[in-house]
Order: sequence, then structure tokens, then C-alpha cells
Amino acid sequence: MLWEVDVSLRDPAGDHAGRDVAAGAVELGVAACTRARTAAGWLIEGSVSREDVERLAATLLADPVTESFVADAAGAGRLVEPLDGLPTVVHVLPKVGVTDPAGLSAQAAAAALGHCVTIRSLRKYWLPPLPAADVDRLADRLLANDAIQDVVAGPLTITPLAGGRTWAYAQQAVPLTGLDDATLEALSRDRCLALSVGELHAVRDHFAGLGREPFEIELETIAQTWSEHCCHKTLTSAVDHAGPAGSVRYGNLLKETVFAATRSIREALGPQDWCVSVFRDNSGVVRFDGDHDICVKVETHNHPSAIEPYGGAATGLGGVIRDVLGTGLGARPIANLDVFCVAPPDTPAAAVPPGTIPPRRLLAGVAAGVRDYGNRMGIPTIAGAVAFHPGYIGNPLVFCGTVGIMPRGHADAAAEPGDLVVVAGGRTGRDGIHGATFSSIELTSVSETESGGAVQIGHAINEKMLVDFVLEASRQRLFHAITDCGAGGLSSAVGEMGAALGATVDLDKVPLKYEGLSATEVWISEAQERMVLSVAPGDWPALAKIAAAEGVEATAIGTFTGSGRIVLRWRGAVAGDLDCHFLHEGRPRQRLVSRHEPAARGPLAWGADAALPRALLDVLALPDVASKERIIRQYDHEVQGCSVLKPLLGPGAGPADGTVIRGVLGRSRGIVLGVGLRHHLGRLDPYQMAAGGIVEAIANAVAAGADPDRIALLDNFCWGDTRRPDSLGTLVEACRACHDLAVAFAAPFVSGKDSLNNVFSYVDDAGVDREISIPPTLLVTALGQLDDVRRAISPDLKAAGNRLAIVGETRAGLAGSQLALTGRVSGGDVPTVDIASCRGSIRAVAAACRAGLVQACHDLSDGGLLAAVAEMSIAGRLGARIDLAAVPAAAEAAAHDLAVAFSESPGRFLCEVRPEHVADFARGLDGIPWAWIGGVTASLELEIRSDSGAVDRIGVADLARAWRREEA
Amino acid sequence: MLAPRALVLRAPGTNCDHETAHAFERAGGLARRIHVRALAERPALLDDFQILCIPGGFSYGDDIASGRILAVELKTRLGDALRRFRDGGGLVLGICNGFQVLLQTGLLLADPVTHEPQAALAHNTSGRFVDRWVRLACAPSPCVFLKGLGDLELPVAHGEGRFVLRDPAQLAALRAAGQLPITYAPDDAGVSTNPNGAVGDVAGACDPTGRVFGMMPHPERFLDATQHPAWPGRLDPAAPGAGFSIFVNAVKATA
Repeated sequence: MLWEVDVSLRDPAGDHAGRDVAAGAVELGVAACTRARTAAGWLIEGSVSREDVERLAATLLADPVTESFVADAAGAGRLVEPLDGLPTVVHVLPKVGVTDPAGLSAQAAAAALGHCVTIRSLRKYWLPPLPAADVDRLADRLLANDAIQDVVAGPLTITPLAGGRTWAYAQQAVPLTGLDDATLEALSRDRCLALSVGELHAVRDHFAGLGREPFEIELETIAQTWSEHCCHKTLTSAVDHAGPAGSVRYGNLLKETVFAATRSIREALGPQDWCVSVFRDNSGVVRFDGDHDICVKVETHNHPSAIEPYGGAATGLGGVIRDVLGTGLGARPIANLDVFCVAPPDTPAAAVPPGTIPPRRLLAGVAAGVRDYGNRMGIPTIAGAVAFHPGYIGNPLVFCGTVGIMPRGHADAAAEPGDLVVVAGGRTGRDGIHGATFSSIELTSVSETESGGAVQIGHAINEKMLVDFVLEASRQRLFHAITDCGAGGLSSAVGEMGAALGATVDLDKVPLKYEGLSATEVWISEAQERMVLSVAPGDWPALAKIAAAEGVEATAIGTFTGSGRIVLRWRGAVAGDLDCHFLHEGRPRQRLVSRHEPAARGPLAWGADAALPRALLDVLALPDVASKERIIRQYDHEVQGCSVLKPLLGPGAGPADGTVIRGVLGRSRGIVLGVGLRHHLGRLDPYQMAAGGIVEAIANAVAAGADPDRIALLDNFCWGDTRRPDSLGTLVEACRACHDLAVAFAAPFVSGKDSLNNVFSYVDDAGVDREISIPPTLLVTALGQLDDVRRAISPDLKAAGNRLAIVGETRAGLAGSQLALTGRVSGGDVPTVDIASCRGSIRAVAAACRAGLVQACHDLSDGGLLAAVAEMSIAGRLGARIDLAAVPAAAEAAAHDLAVAFSESPGRFLCEVRPEHVADFARGLDGIPWAWIGGVTASLELEIRSDSGAVDRIGVADLARAWRREEA
Repeated sequence: MLAPRALVLRAPGTNCDHETAHAFERAGGLARRIHVRALAERPALLDDFQILCIPGGFSYGDDIASGRILAVELKTRLGDALRRFRDGGGLVLGICNGFQVLLQTGLLLADPVTHEPQAALAHNTSGRFVDRWVRLACAPSPCVFLKGLGDLELPVAHGEGRFVLRDPAQLAALRAAGQLPITYAPDDAGVSTNPNGAVGDVAGACDPTGRVFGMMPHPERFLDATQHPAWPGRLDPAAPGAGFSIFVNAVKATA
């Protein structure tokens, strides 16, 4: 029997979801939809009576104080009667096979109450009378995402819930011998393998040597392992590069740039080396205090988020949390960060290509995904950024990062021969099949419908339980190694852990969400919230006991053998047998060619509008600069009780530079996070884009009080089509910058990740093929440390009478700046990093902060000096006086007030200093370009003196309104 | 004398248990984090404790509604044990998700005759989760946790915190009885800091004895001055935060 229960609020005024639907409908041009009501619906199947269902509804599904419910047999007329006079009923249900967290939770709770039923959740909407076309439009654009949801307008006619099908084991060979290259290419595309013809040749030849053809499961395993997503084949390629700094021949691009920098820094540090495990495990590990190491990882989840923003971002975060949990013997996740790159929210509908989600809805979706997953995990989301550029319209970027902490000595872990292969956490379903290979292929306008299978939905509570289980098992040292099931699923997890040993896996033992998965699907499914552990047989009973106590399913599915082979079995029969050496070393290396020529730039040209106040208000309201408070406040940034510098600071809640947490409750040593992202420079000068991002990330951390000798960096390269020599050339330039800057600052890269082929292709209204590539984008994350969090420094102004100093030289490069985005200036050079000068200013400011001479500190980035002072005033609810003529500036910058005011020259800071510290502060800056440029006032206005002596005044309240994009 | 013992109850999805246990220990108590499964199997465990705390989080994912599944589990599996604990003079504190649970179990503000919940914590008026700091005012009341507290600041972090009553007319009576002892207050500019639209600005509620208390704000997130969003340059970083007193009061009341 199938029942439906609808739960709605008694008080219509409380129905916010309904209000949002009405507002969204009007925005979409469905003006008649002025009102809407919503309900949470539940489909309940099983041998339960009407009374049972009503009791379940009353005790479990509806709140007795605020809600009422209707329970009846599914399809009953009562369930589609008008609500509050609204006659049009629309149901939105998760597609079969898509994870339904609410349904699963309700089902488990019903089971605890003694009712063995299947429960699915749905959302139900009541709308005014509307033409069918309008209902379809609302369903398509507002109420549902057809990648994961079904829509039923009118009565719900539904077949039994438990779909499922059966699958009979059959070994399926995929003949490669004798196929020409075109056929091989088609085979790779049709099977979504993302293997090149050259790679398929290597596979064909390997199996020819064995005298047979590969089985499907073997071919899939190779495809997952060799995917760009899993092995970074472009970045680790040999590259012949011709660039402005001459020609270079790399044997392995990544190894000879980013890794080489880390190696040389570690060698120079010698016994003082504080890196523990870099570019090896699921995250980078560095020394923290006498008892602990900390680790950090930042991942991208771009392609899934483009198709299903909420689920894509949530599972992106879930994945990176598992990376940290799967580092060494398991680290405790203690902080998250998220960065989104999207098209401007005001992109006109006509400029939104078919098959893409409008940027405003996309941003709301990804933020909600991070919110709902991160908050449920109880991990504070403490840092991040939102960056805007039209190039992200088809390929939004979603970066999720996690910091973890572990006892010293837990960083090294390895499976041992004879260990059991244990899978723990969520069950395996058909979700996310081909995520690894999908993310390595470019998106097209039909991806949204074709690739839905690659989209996963997270179930945060499963992951929270998994974390609790793993950390307790780790405390008791009940496993030898652990890794997460991410891209490529079990095939990657077991393949990586067993790379040296080999393993035998009984795929029929893997617990399934529903029947009917083929052996291959079980092996490559990317179902979320699973970890693989390597467990000595003697420890298995104790481990299983902890799993049971925490309510986590853990199953032994095989053995790490020491045979050097991955053997896959189904009910005893061998379904696949792969040589580990071939799997991990057999991929043919490619030699690529790249070139980079600096983009031609026009001469620096100024517009007519030179008024400072209007320029400042315009800059503050630009989407990159404007307040992100609406997003930040949806994230719990204080859970775990360690927060010290939050993302919003001071009595006026201004933006933080670096954010700070204690590493351990009750102890004073701190962790600082900073991020750098100079995406507007990506197309202009990829070297400076990367260099500026690194300086920004380090400056962020140092402004908050971080020790400049203990900063670890992470790289996240997101690029367009790197199969093109010129696009690959920009990637090489960015890698060169990473090397140069890391060495100069002795800040080692410890981990990284890349996402390539971020190109969106579609056919426009005129039938023309179009392509949109993202701008070359490097996200840099700085993980800093601070001896004593009580010495952390925030950017909010503290007291009238204090003086303001600018540290670092101001130069004229304004290309790609926020000022340029306002249209007041064009052409000219990009802001360039002068390594020696940046190093000098950063070290001097760090020393002054450490000596207690700085009351407030803000690094100058987007919007330059005036945006920084405005943010400090807003945060501190204090005024400031600034004399632009006093700013130490190179001649070409000094020539124009707007250049001094809004230059984005990297490596500069604004510091607030007490009168009694003035002399000491000045002494520490010997040899550095710096100057006193004003002071803090109680007037609640910003007073700007131009070079000409003219004085402009702007109220801090007006600055705050512009920055918060509130109407005056 | 032995330190008072606090049982910090955790369920799948509880996520403020570590810092809440830490708060009780800093206040001089002895805290144990215990899984609801373990307690349900051995309710007598409660006999070893003087304080029961249900901390913040998303118990069982809060997928149906905040605190719903844990409340149903406590009612069905531990109802008698909890009533015995309360009637025996034990202190009960629910923070955020714990407050949501306490109201739904009927341990707090239930109808004296039907034992049905009379109050609920509904979705915030904004329709969204919010993490921000609020001003709070404490009224004279029997609440042992708030003893000696006046005005204070604490953070809130919730999507469902709007206090509502089944019968709005009850507000005055509950207030007069001192059962709504902590409310959201205006900031320096006179603007309300009520983050969720709670009726009567109610941020917390206690039973008539003052020994069972639930609140939406998170006192365990303000044990140190350095947890305040505007502390640098304004507060002594070595000073305790306002939330610490709540745990000290609990420990003192049971010592």
C-alpha cells in the first residue's frame, strides 16, 4: 500500500518557501503567480494501516504546535484539493536512484518506531490557476532541476517506490584489436572513458601481450585511474614551452615547477623543515605544535556544480572533508573554506546560453549546498571568496577546502599484506557513475540532461557518523591506512591503497542501496560518504564494534594481497584481473607543446570622470568587492568553539583578511587561512595572475598575524582547453610563477588540484557554434600559523587619534583592476609583483604585528587603498583621514589621484598605529617604501585629500550602504 | 569534594558536544560525551550524573525538522529515565538543537495535563540559517543557569529558532512565572537583535523549578574574550566570555 502525507504550516505567513516561489515566478515573468503555498510531502510504502500512517505523521512528520497534515492513499482526491484557494498542484520528487536524505532519515526513524516502510520525500506546491506552459516554465526554471528531480503536475499517479531491477553476472569483453583510430575514439566517447587514442593503443597492446581482450570492468578501471581528474596527466606531462622568458623543455611540468620549489625550500630548511607529507597523501601535512600536525586540501567540483549547483557544491565539500579524514591515519576536520567563481549576477537572460543555469540561481544553489553540508558536519566554514567574470557563465568554479588536525606520528600510513579491505559508510548505488571521466570532458549545452548520472547528492548525516567512527577507530589505531571513495569510487580507492600490494575484492559483498547494479557499476560508482580502510584481521572485530556503536555500516570486501594484481570477483568468479604496475605506470606519457606571447595592451587611457567619492562608491558596490555577508552568515563559522578571527569582524562587521582559529580547544596556538585569486588578470598576464594571487594569499595571512616563516600554500589550477598550445602556455606561465614566488617567500606548496577543459560549447540562436572558456584561474590558499591567537590582528579601525601608515610601493598597473571594471580607465600594464619589494613589505609588517605595534592591519587588494580604508572604517565604525599626496608612489602612478587611490599593486598594507608606537613602528620599516598617510577620526566620515589639495568627504554610512549594495 | 558530573548527550549529527564538554570541564565539572544508543541501552548511566546537557548540532540530520527524531527517540526509549532524572533534582540544559529537542520531548513547557508540547521553534522569519551575535537580557527568574546574569552577548547559529506558542496568550503568564528568562535585546543603536522573529523576543525558556533550561544562543562559543567578533583591541584577550558563567552556574548549583 502506498500512502502520502502532506505537512504544511498552519500559519500561511510562515510559509517562506511559498513566498520565495511567488517572488521567483514574478521574476521569471509569470506575473499571475502572486501567491504560492508549499508542503513537505512523504510517500510511505509498506504494510501499514491508515491509523499507523496517521500516527507516524502525528509523532514524526508534523510538528503539533505549528503544522497540520493530510494523510491518505496516494492519488486520493483529498491530496490535490486547493490549499488557501490555490488550485494548481505541482509535485517535485527526487528521481529514482537519486539520494533522498530526508526520506532515508524518516525511514530510519520509522523503523525505530517499529514500522518497516519505504519512505520518499517530495516537495509540493500550490499555485494560482495558470496556463500549462507557465506551470512547465516554473517547474523547469524554479521548482525543480531535471538532472535530479521529476515533476508531476496534478494528481500523483505513481508506481511502487522500490524500483530496482535485477542484474545477471556476465563477463563482458571489449575487443580493441583491429579497431582503427576513429573507431577507438568513438568507443572512448560512447563509453564516457575519456581515454585518448594513444592510451587505448597502450591498453590494447597490454592485453594483446596477455593474449586476450580487456573486460569492461578492466577498461573502466584503467579509464578511472588514467583520468585527468585522478592523475593530472596534463600538468605532469613533458612540455616544450616557448614563452617571454625563453624556451624551456620540461620533462614533467608540475614536478619541475611547483614540486621543485617545495623540494628546494625543504632542503634549505634542513633540520628545521616543517613539512611532513606533501603531494603524496589525500592532503598536505605540516608540523603544528609539539603534539599535532595539521593538513589541508582544496578541491574543485566544477562540472557537477554546473549541472546541479546544490548537490555539486555539497558533495564537493563532502569529498574534501573525506580527503582530510583519509589522510595518514585520519585527521579531524576543523575548518572549511569555499570559493565560488561565477558570472556576474546581473548577466542579462539573453546572455545566458542554453543549458546553463543563470548565475544568480547558481550562486544561491552552491552557497546553499555548502551551507547545508558544512553546517550539518559541524565544521566551521571560516574563509572563502566569491569572484565574478563573464567567462564563468558556462563553467562556474566551485572550490571547497578543509583543514584537519591529527596527532603527530599519524601522517604515515600504509596497507599491509593480509589486511582486510573494509568499506565503511554509505551504501553503493548508481549515483555518480563516471564522475572522474566526466569532469575531464568539456561541458556542452546537452550535458545538463545527458550527464545527470554523474551528479551526486550528499547525505551529510552519513558523513558525520563516518567521521565519528573513523576518529574513534583512529584513536584506538585499529587500521593501517585509510582513503576516501571519491572520483572513480572503489576502483580508485582500492587501486591507490593497493598500488604496491594488489588486492582481491569480492564485489558482490559491497552493500548496495538497491539491487541491480552490475559489477562494473559497483566498482566505479561514486556514491558519497564512503571510506576504504586497511584493517589487520585481528583488529576487525574491535573496528566492527565501534562501527556498530556509531551506527555506521562497515563491511570487509576483500584483502590486500601482496600479489601486485587487482583481482575483482563476483560470487567467486574472476570478473577482472589487472596488473598494478600496468595500471599505475603503463599510461603512455605525452609530450606537449606550448607557447605564450604576452597579450598586446593598449596605452593607459583615463576617462573623464575623475571624482574620487563616486569612484569609491562604485568600486565598493562591484560584485567582487561588495559585502558577502548574505552568504557568510548562512555558514556556521563558529562551531567547534575555536574561532578567533571570523570572516566578519569589528562592531561594523567588515571583511576579514586572514581568518584565525585555535588548533586545539583551550590552547593558544592558531591556524590562519588566507586566499588569493586574481582572476581578472588571467587573460592579460597568467604569470602575474598567479604571482599576484600568491602574494595576496600570503598577505591575507600575515595581516591577521601569521608567522611569515610558517606559511604553506595550495594551488588549484582551473583552466580552459589546455590541448591548445596557447592555452597550455598560460598554464606553464602560471606554474613558473608558482615556482618563483614559493621559493622567494620560502612558502612551500604542499598540495594542489587542477581542473582543466573548462570550456562550454553550444549553438547560439543563429545556429553558430560558440565556445566560452573560463579565464585562466589559479586559486591560492595560504595555511599560516600564529604562536598565540591573543596576538591576532583584525582590520577594523580601533580608536580615533591613531595614525595610518601605508607599507609598500604604489605603482600604476591598473589593467584588470576593479577601477578598470568601472570604466574609468583602460589599457596600461597589469599590477605586477616586484618580488624583493613584496617580500620586504610583508616581512616588515609581520615583524611590526608580532611586536604588538599594529592595532589594525588590512592588505590592499581589490579596489586598492581606498577600498581598504573604507572597509576598515565600516568594520570599526570610525572615520579616517587620508592624504593621497603622501602615498609613496612610482612616478606614473603619482600622476593621477585615481591611480594612487585604486592601484592594486600587490604586497601593500594599511596599518593603524597608536601614537606611542609611532617611533618603534617607523624604525622597523627602514629601507621599505612606506609613509604615514593619515589617521583615525571619530567623525564617521572618510576624508580624502587629493594631490591638488582638494578635500572630499564621504560618510561611513554611505560607504557601508554602497558596500552592502543597499539602496540609499 | 567530587566535581559535579555532566553527561553531554550525543546522537548522530550532534556537533557541539566537544566544546560543550570542554565548557563544563573549564567550569570545574567533569564531563562525559555519551551516545544516545549507549544511554538507551543502559538508562541507569544517568544515575552517575548531576547534569544532563543536550548540545547543539543537527541530530539525525534534522532532515524532517530540527531535533524531531532525537526527541521521538528520547520520548520512546528514555522518557521515564529522563523524568526520574529531572524529578530527582538533576539539571537539564538544552542548547540550540538541544532546546529544540527539549521542547518536543515535553520536558519543557509541556501542557501539564496532556503533556503535549505547548511551544515550538519554527523556521526563522528570514527563511534561512543565520550565524550572528545577539544582545541578550536576563530577567529575574528561578533559572539556576542564569543566576546573576544581566545583559550579555552570545552567538546564535540556527535555521529554526523562532519561538512560538500554541496559545499566544500564554506568553504573559510564562513571563510572569519567570519561565522566559532570557530574551533578545536591542543593540546600541536601539535596533532589535532578534535573529529569527521569536515571539516576545524569547531566546530561552525554563521549567518552573529553573532546573530544566533550553536556549537558542550558544554559551559554549563564548568562553574566551577571543571568541567575540570585535575583541581585538577592545577586550582583554585573557578574559572569560559571557557564556562561561552559564556553565559555572550549572556546576555550582550541583556542587
